[in-house]
Amino acid sequence: MSSLIEFRDVVKKFNGVPVLNGVTFSVEKGEVLCVVGPSGTGKSVTLKHLVRLLTPTSGSVIVDGVDISSCGDDELVKIRDRIGYLFQGGALLAWMTVAENVALPLEECTRLSDREIAVRVRHALRAVELTAAADKYPAEISGGMQKRAGLARAVVRESDIVLYDEPTSGLDPVTSITINRLIRKLNRELGITSIVVTHDMQGALDIADRILLLKGGKAVECSTPAEFTQSTNPDVREFLAAMKGETL
Amino acid sequence: MTIVREPMWDDAPRSRTQALSRHLLQFLSTLGWTARILVSSFAAFPSVLLRRSGRVDFAAQLYVVGIRTLPVITVVSLFIGMILALQVGLELRRFNQEIYLGAAVMLTLLREMGPFACGISLAACVGSAIAAEIGTMKVNDEIAALEIMSISPIRYLAAPRLLALLVMSPILAFYCSVIGTLGGGIVGSTQLNVFFQQYISSALSIAETKDLFVGLLKAGVFGVLIGTVSIAEGFGTNLGATGVGRATQRSVIVNFLLILMFGYMITRVFYR
Repeated sequence: MSSLIEFRDVVKKFNGVPVLNGVTFSVEKGEVLCVVGPSGTGKSVTLKHLVRLLTPTSGSVIVDGVDISSCGDDELVKIRDRIGYLFQGGALLAWMTVAENVALPLEECTRLSDREIAVRVRHALRAVELTAAADKYPAEISGGMQKRAGLARAVVRESDIVLYDEPTSGLDPVTSITINRLIRKLNRELGITSIVVTHDMQGALDIADRILLLKGGKAVECSTPAEFTQSTNPDVREFLAAMKGETL
Repeated sequence: MTIVREPMWDDAPRSRTQALSRHLLQFLSTLGWTARILVSSFAAFPSVLLRRSGRVDFAAQLYVVGIRTLPVITVVSLFIGMILALQVGLELRRFNQEIYLGAAVMLTLLREMGPFACGISLAACVGSAIAAEIGTMKVNDEIAALEIMSISPIRYLAAPRLLALLVMSPILAFYCSVIGTLGGGIVGSTQLNVFFQQYISSALSIAETKDLFVGLLKAGVFGVLIGTVSIAEGFGTNLGATGVGRATQRSVIVNFLLILMFGYMITRVFYR
């Protein structure tokens, strides 16, 4: 496997305060990397660097050999075309139905016929079990359904990289398991490289190839789930203990 | 152009002088950014009209700007015409010159008050709605989502709204002038003893093509200003619901001020 995504010593400051403080890690092609850590340690900030919604104060973010923080607009568009992004709230357009939201990137950015678009939208909605809600508006469906619709939109272009920002936060355990299974299924069946920012430690252990722990703006551990749970790193022990305490 | 912008500085200012200079630079940067939104939106007009989805959005915006504001604009322009006729008519009566009431009301409405009434109504009804709608989309990450999907928010959101305002503003301004003149006629005939037919003849006799076109030009400029300011305020929104409120408030204030300033400047250019 080769590194598809690399963070090289990335520092990001907001108003003089470093949120990321020299983060270095890489993601291999076809891998599922779960990013965990306490709130406010820069997990979502890390994700936003990958699509240049944020640029590093120093360091570089490389996606498939392209430094996304300094590349030209044309190259940025090419990279973004390969990336699906699931926002925390789904980020669906309120005036469109679920099906129209999912069809939007295909209608606006491809030359597919209406029939081909309809087939792909139907397929994506079936994958996230939202066929029955296709004609509903975002305000008419639950938060979990909105996230699943956002997920369908993120994968409908058959992107080879998908970034998930808290895909299971605020969801009931059953829906969380459904979404985690879906992330794993997309990875196995389509070889989608995935980075999942999550607070759901059990979900991370279930779906990740590797788990990255961010603390104090630094990557303090990056290892397989088995290695992660057995790690002697005091930060990992502390984090796992805190997560167990949370679930008690 | 990129809509989701980062703060210009990663570090906190070290002195008051630096903070002040940063505020100034930030203001200039925002001005330049707003100008880029205007130019990029104009450049995206052909794309809006050539794409089926663009034409649908444009038609929807024409409806929002032109039809949904009609009740407010009708009432505003009717009362402006009535107030104008009453104030001017009372003064004219002192000199037994009521026959010129139609001419005075018509000229004022065509040149100044028609476009102005249309402008403030659109700024209040449409501009504020655009700033709030786009601002809410910004804080809900919908604008970021569009950018990540390589869908230009300028082409997809800004251009149809701006084009609709550009097209509808002159039409609505003319409508304002007509309704205002009729309102003046009602006051003239009911309270100032000016026959309605005499009032209309006086109004039509004074109106020149130049007055009409300068008024329409003003309305078009107001439409572009309202659209650009409201869209830029929406795109620049941050800090959640509070930010949306601030952006909406700022768009209305800035639009009112710009309508007054540009109204004066255009008058100054054409009537020396």
